[in-house]
Amino acid sequence: MADAVPEQTQSPLAQFEIHRWIEIPLGGLDASFTNSSLFMLIAIAAITTFLIGGMRRHAMVPGRWQSMAELSYEFVANMVRDNVGSEGRRYFPFIFTLFMFILFSNSLGLLPFGLLGPIGLHGFTVTSHIIVTFALAAVVFLGVTVIGIVKHRLRFFSYFVPQGVPLVMMPMLVPIELLSYLARPVTLALRLFANMMAGHTMLAVFGGFVVALGIAGIAPFVVIILLMGLEVVVAILQAYVFAILACLYLSDALHLH
Amino acid sequence: MPQLDPAVFSSQLVWLTISFVILYLVMARVVLPRIGDVIEARQDRIAHDLDAAASLKTEAETALAEYEKSLAAAHSEARDVLVQAAERRASDAAARSTKLDARIAKRVRTAEARIAAAKQDALDNLAGVAGEIARAATEKLIGAAPGGAAVTAALARATIELATNEKD
Repeated sequence: MADAVPEQTQSPLAQFEIHRWIEIPLGGLDASFTNSSLFMLIAIAAITTFLIGGMRRHAMVPGRWQSMAELSYEFVANMVRDNVGSEGRRYFPFIFTLFMFILFSNSLGLLPFGLLGPIGLHGFTVTSHIIVTFALAAVVFLGVTVIGIVKHRLRFFSYFVPQGVPLVMMPMLVPIELLSYLARPVTLALRLFANMMAGHTMLAVFGGFVVALGIAGIAPFVVIILLMGLEVVVAILQAYVFAILACLYLSDALHLH
Repeated sequence: MPQLDPAVFSSQLVWLTISFVILYLVMARVVLPRIGDVIEARQDRIAHDLDAAASLKTEAETALAEYEKSLAAAHSEARDVLVQAAERRASDAAARSTKLDARIAKRVRTAEARIAAAKQDALDNLAGVAGEIARAATEKLIGAAPGGAAVTAALARATIELATNEKD
């Protein structure tokens, strides 16, 4: 029975494989165009189409599409205003880009691209790769740290010294604060990566059951339907969590507690 | 896990950088200003419309107050006119009734004078008639007519006696 199953669905982890479609050596660096690259381009194309298409009429009273475009704008704008304050306006485009990129990457992975299996394409979630989520988290972490140091100079390091604590405790507390600060990019990256990977692996596992069980596969099929709903929620929620944590870190750097 | 294969890291990082930077530029330069402009224009429009509505409301209230003021003025004017008319009518009526009273009084006086004159005439004639009757009666009784002067004197005496008796 396993012979009838397309090759890439044999292992639940096969969906995370990277296929080099066009080899591009960039100096000593491998910059090959892969299925991951394709999905990143699809994501930015979809975001741009969604937003520019929605705003094509500039209507005073928005239609459905324009409402959604404006809703995503105001959602992120409110998030930045509430968590960072007015100083956050400068960083709003970055947070917005971050949120939309993660949201669309997560959601695109849920679309049934597996139907295009015959032409060698399968669904792929850009954010299910630790290197991608870590790169995004690192940009946030480094950017926030640089912003904090530029704004506060040496006073920035007072962030690691808790206020109103006896001096005796300092040798213990400062390393803890420092460690929790340094752990931020790791937790930020791991949270998104783990959520995406776990969800997609589970979907693939149950998908394998549906095929393997034949008519009894209706049971895991129902589970997949339910899981799909959960995954949609997770896709949106994780984009939100990533963006709001970026806002909070930014706020910490700007205001120092 | 294919994700932990370092061989696939660099190409993903390169393409992530490319697509993220493109997306950032498109968002920051094109998309976000466009959405922001529309939202701002809408807020301005709403604020402007609210202002216009407020000023129209004030205008309407002023007009209403003016209308009520002129209505009250008209009311009091009408009342004044009515009062004046009533006063004029009352004074006219009073004057006319005074004139009428005077005329009636004059006529009454004339009539009274006429009555008094008639009465005097009658009384005067009464003395003559009484003298004639007394003379005729005397002539029948004694067969001789008394002189006019004697009759007149006797009548005068009788009249005074009568008047004295009437008084008692």
